[in-house]
Formats: sequence, C-alpha cells, structure tokens
Amino acid sequence: MNPLDLLARLGRMALAALASIGRVALFAISTFTNMLRPPYYPREFALSLLQIGWLSLPVVALTAVFTGGALALQIYAGGARFNAEAVVPQIVAIGMVRELGPVLVGLMIAARVTSSIAAEIATMKVTEQIDALVTLSTNPMQYLVAPRVLAALVTVPVLVGIGDIIGIAGGYTVAVHNLDFNAAAYLKNTVDFLEPLDVISSLVKGAFFGTIAATMGCYYGMQSGRGAQGVGRATKSSVEAAAVLILATNFVLTGVFFSL
Amino acid sequence: MIKMDNVHKAFGDNRVLQGLNLEIPKGSSMVIIGGSGTGKSVALKCVLGLITPDSGEIFVDGKPAGAGDRDAFLARFGMLFQGGALFDSLPVWQNVAFRLLRGQLKRPVEEARAIAIEKLRRVGLKPDVADRLPAELSGGMQKRVGLARAIAAEPEIIFFDEPTTGLDPIMSGVINDLIREIVVEMGATAMTITHDMTSVRAIADNVAMLHDGVIKWTGPVAEMDDSGDPYLDQFIHGRAEGPIEAVR
Repeated sequence: MNPLDLLARLGRMALAALASIGRVALFAISTFTNMLRPPYYPREFALSLLQIGWLSLPVVALTAVFTGGALALQIYAGGARFNAEAVVPQIVAIGMVRELGPVLVGLMIAARVTSSIAAEIATMKVTEQIDALVTLSTNPMQYLVAPRVLAALVTVPVLVGIGDIIGIAGGYTVAVHNLDFNAAAYLKNTVDFLEPLDVISSLVKGAFFGTIAATMGCYYGMQSGRGAQGVGRATKSSVEAAAVLILATNFVLTGVFFSL
Repeated sequence: MIKMDNVHKAFGDNRVLQGLNLEIPKGSSMVIIGGSGTGKSVALKCVLGLITPDSGEIFVDGKPAGAGDRDAFLARFGMLFQGGALFDSLPVWQNVAFRLLRGQLKRPVEEARAIAIEKLRRVGLKPDVADRLPAELSGGMQKRVGLARAIAAEPEIIFFDEPTTGLDPIMSGVINDLIREIVVEMGATAMTITHDMTSVRAIADNVAMLHDGVIKWTGPVAEMDDSGDPYLDQFIHGRAEGPIEAVR
C-alpha cells in the first residue's frame, strides 16, 4: 500500500474518532443542561431509581460477595509464599474499596443498565416513539435521558458502597470460616486500615461510572439505526463504550486520588 | 394554511425531496400519494421540524414553521404515526392524555383521564381499554388509540402517516371513516400520506402525487381519475408499465 494512502486512512480514522468524541461530549453537556432546566419528570426519575438502583442490587451483591471471598483466598495463598497470610483483612478491604468494588459494580451496571437503556431507547427510536414525544411537545432529552443519567449518578455510588461492604463481608466469611482467622481481629484490622479517602474515592468513582454507564446507553440508543440490527448494534456499542470508558476513567481517578 | 416552498432534503447521496411545492388550505384534507421511498414521510416530518430541510421554506398560517415558541407551535398539531408509536410503558389512557398530563396543556389527572376515555369512545373503544398496556391491543386497536391521542388536545392540524397500513380491509374502512368524521367534526386541516387508494377516496378533499421528490400532480380528489397525468394514472391503477419504474 502507498504510504500516503496509509497516512490518509489513519487520518480519516483519527478524524472519525475525534468527531465521535465530540458528539458524545456535546450529548453529555446537553444531558446536564437538560437535567437543570424545567420541566422535570419525577415519575421517570423514580422509575429509573428503581430500575438502576434497587433492581441492580442482587447482581451487585452476588458479584461483590464472590469477589471478596475469592480475593481472601488469593491473598492468603499468595501471602503464604512470604509468610504474610495475616494481611488478608487489610488487602481485602483496600482491594474492594479502592478498586474492585467500584470497577466491578461499574462493569455490572454497564452490562445490566447500559444495555437495557440503549435497547429501550433504540427501540423507541425505531418505532417512532421518540418522534411521537417531540410532536407531543416533550423534549426526549428531558423526558428520557436526564432522569436516567441523574438516577445513575445518584444510585451507583450507593450500589458501590453496598458492594464494598458485601465484598468485605465475603472476604470475612471465607477468612473466618475457611482460613481460621479470628472474627473480631479481622473486623478490627479492616476498620483500622481503611482511611476516609479510600471510601470517598470509591463513592466518587461510583458516581463517575454510573454517569458514564447511563450516558452511553442513552447516547447509543438515541443514535440507533433502523430495524432490529440497528437496535442490536446500538446495544452492543453502548456496552463496549461504557466498559472501556469506565476502565479508562478508573485509571485516571486512581491516579488523581492516590498518586498525589 | 400549510405552504411548502421549494423544499429540498437529501440523506447522503439520496436526494429525497428535490424542490417540493405544496399548499394545503386551512380546514381541508390533503392526501399525499406516491410510491414507497418517494419522500412522503420526510415531507410530513419536515413540517413538524422532526427533520430539517436542506433548503426551501415551510409556512404555517403565513409564519415560518419552527419560528417562535416551539411548544406552542407543536401544540397546534396532532399526529397519527404509521405504527401507532404508542409508549409501551404507559397504559392506554396515559398515552391518549400524554399532552394533557404535562406541559402547557396540563390538566388535573382525573380530568385528563376523563378526556382520554371520551376520546377512546370517540374512536370506538370501550373504557375498559383505558387501563390496558399497548402491547395487549390488536393492531387496529393500537391505530385507534393513536388516533385518539392525535385528537386528544383538539389540534388545528392533524397529520396521518399511512393510517391503514397493516390493517385488514374492514378495519381500514373503520379508520378511514373515523378520520373523515373527526376532521370534518373538528374543522381541522389534515395532511395524510398513504398509498392506499381506498383511503385516498375516503379521506381526501385534495390529492397530491409525489414522485422523484417533486409534486407531479395536485388537485381535487374528484378530478383525480381524469387528470391525464401519466404518473398519477399509473399509480392509481397500479400498472407496472408507465413513467414510474417498478424497480426503484
């Protein structure tokens, strides 16, 4: 291939990527301005709280408890190589709260909520329900997008907090019942070792990840192409984008909180 | 009155509207006919501002469409969508009363529900349908709910996008009669797009034939059969031979 052709192709790809980033950024800005501007739709917000928050609890709890338990086993087995088995409570606590809790909850929300929002809004677009909203003098950004993103912004930090606690409880259960740790000492070590910044970073990450998950679901739903294929593509793209953005944001936030 | 003046719209290389000119007098029922993919729905959505034309102007009662308060502009319209476009998550009565439950036309919930039930009755549906979800209704019932929603706020202008598509002939006749009755009763300006000639004869005061992005013929429905226009003749008689290519 001619080097100039290759360069042109790379240039086109870079421009397309930048245009996509620009479109998502404009969509996010529009979402936040519509969140602040009346009319407000409390019923839609309450339904979104239920869908995103309450109904995600079982999957978040199961993910956290198994991860906490597995983490305890791994740390015990790994620590045994250099006689450091006693650090299980501390590493489980810091691992769950700083990293695994927010990331795994974020990814589970991306899988469950982002896909659901994208499929729902894309279907509404394909069946002209979005057009119908406009003809009924209702702004889809205010009626569909803003309540979902706001609900995710509010509920995902709570889910992360719950996930952190359940993950630590999973580690505690394994450590106390399988690895013969003293229950009171385990709890004391956990509480003593965690710092306020650990918890704050966990909750802030949750807020970012929730916002990303819902925004990506809404964006790809609203951009959906026609037909079943369009809905499928919107759903797949939304989950991919949300997952990658969550992991990238996690890296940046970890740097901001703990590298200073 | 609705006036479309030299409206152009393209999607990529596909030039859908290529200088559309059309006038719909106030209180009249205009039916736009034409083959699939000729831009009928695009023309209708351009008036509502759901699609922005590339060039040309659209006027409603002499004022540019979309100028001024958009909510007030849209409040003058009702629209029946091709597939009904009912909101899956809301019961039928909330679909019908959607505009009456929020925004500038907001009414108390009980009043909005009463109006919804009255509109459902007007389109031949019993009150017990009100609390059902759209997915629990047949296609014909969904169309009638869509029609009830389109007229719920008593708009001055009503658009009907393929109102009989997917319905059996009897239900199509019911919908056509309802549309005609409602338009006459409300004195509304109506714009219907269809390729169902039975609908055309039942609904239209005037007919416009859209092909290749322009209006090929327009006139009163009574003159349609003797128009002498080869495009219109081929279309209304459903002939494969003629100026309209069968394979597009």
